Amino acid sequence: MVYPTQYRYTKDHEWIEAKGDTATIGITDYAQHELGDVVFVELPKAGAKLEAGKTFSSVESVKAVSEIYAPASGQVVEANMALQNKPETINSDPHGSGWLVKVKLSNPAEVHSLMEAAAYEAYIAEKQKEASA
Amino acid sequence: MESVNSPANSTPRKTPLNALHRRLGAKMVNFGGWDMPVEYPSSGGLVAEHKAVRGGVGLFDVSHMGDIRIHAGRKPGGALEAVQYLTMNDASKLATGQAQYSAMLYPEGTFVDDVIVHRLGGDDYLFVINAGTREKDVNWVKRNAAKFDCVAEDLSDAYTQLAIQGPKGVDVLRKLADANLDGVKNYWFTHGTVCGLENTLIARTGYTGEDGFEIYVPSDVATSEKVWTAVIEAGKEFGIVPCGLGARNTLRLESKMALYEHEISDKINVWEAGLDRYCKMEKGNFIGRAALEKARGAGLQRVLVGLEMVERGIARDGYRCLNESGEAVGVVTSGSPSPTLGKNIALAYVPPALSALGTPVYVEIRSQRCKAQVVATPFYKRLRKASAN
Repeated sequence: MVYPTQYRYTKDHEWIEAKGDTATIGITDYAQHELGDVVFVELPKAGAKLEAGKTFSSVESVKAVSEIYAPASGQVVEANMALQNKPETINSDPHGSGWLVKVKLSNPAEVHSLMEAAAYEAYIAEKQKEASA
Repeated sequence: MESVNSPANSTPRKTPLNALHRRLGAKMVNFGGWDMPVEYPSSGGLVAEHKAVRGGVGLFDVSHMGDIRIHAGRKPGGALEAVQYLTMNDASKLATGQAQYSAMLYPEGTFVDDVIVHRLGGDDYLFVINAGTREKDVNWVKRNAAKFDCVAEDLSDAYTQLAIQGPKGVDVLRKLADANLDGVKNYWFTHGTVCGLENTLIARTGYTGEDGFEIYVPSDVATSEKVWTAVIEAGKEFGIVPCGLGARNTLRLESKMALYEHEISDKINVWEAGLDRYCKMEKGNFIGRAALEKARGAGLQRVLVGLEMVERGIARDGYRCLNESGEAVGVVTSGSPSPTLGKNIALAYVPPALSALGTPVYVEIRSQRCKAQVVATPFYKRLRKASAN
């Protein structure tokens, strides 16, 4: 899986693509793989406030619940309601049509502190090495 | 992303098949102190594994389960006396080659563990016990069996235990075993040659609610891997897949089979758990009997029920149950989407007043109230062939 270079990434395995003061947020391919078959997604409503580092959504597989943390602060412009009927889109296209929310960023500079694709790939390679040790 | 259900870190124990699971690319988790496969992406993951067992066959490594043999001391009879005192079902009813679901209780009538008791011979019994409670169970059995003329041995590390589960399980095992499998009914066992290993214990038991077998082979890595590989090879034509603990959990939940520290524990008694039919009060004294006699007179404060979610949401272990007015009245012991039914199901303890079928019960899911209703259990029941009755 290629991690898009125009995205930034968190240690909790969310991605964010910022264009000016708007951004799209989702979970990474690594995250969907760790979760397994996604069967349920809980999304915030348009207008909801996101605070960087705080949980704003949850994604559930058969076996577990995962809290999703906001990579940056802002206000929800749109939630991906298509996921309610097809949550498995997160497995098949985590970096594209499996996006969770679009937000208006309150401080676009926050995004710059997150990992770039190369750093994130190194981070998950380290995690995978730990897991197979 | 952080898993709410992620287990505590410690140095987990490994079964003889651990390296093989890792070579297969299984996702591993710490379960009851054991490093176990939770699902195999190469099998298609949890849901595919679950469906393989319901419709065909799946293979599980369940070597983390423990085994305790109790056999006669100087003269026959002492082992049966010990087993009768240690467990709540009536082991005197077992024929050689027969097994029964049972449990060991504390004097309070609550659970030390649930067990499958096998009668190996005249006065010779085998307990198959849970992984997370192994040391506790072994100590409990040894301490309480000491006053009887019998010998209790921990054989847990002697066996690799494989579960071949699903309607096609018998077809797979038939290719590998020199034994009359059709003569082995549900909850009976035999000894036969499997993959050239003589005198292998072959039991028609399992934890999936499906027909299937559990076999017990020597625990060295070479033998364990050889048998695993032979079962997979023999099962290819039937679509066999390796299955992990994730599917094992959803399969047992659909069939309402108890899991220790969930539906049963040292805080829950036999009547609350609804396991009355495995508890034989008339058989004579056993640990926990007096407390159960008293509890029966006092009436129940809570009972185990099946729930089906009516509103969107998945009830999970430990979530609170609320009544119509929003008061906390119970707790979910196990909850998950059901791959067979396509619904979100759960087992929960609620007051008897809320236990009637169709009663609305609310589950608190991340501080939101989600409607559920009491439904009949087991959630799934297989159609039994006459031969498997």
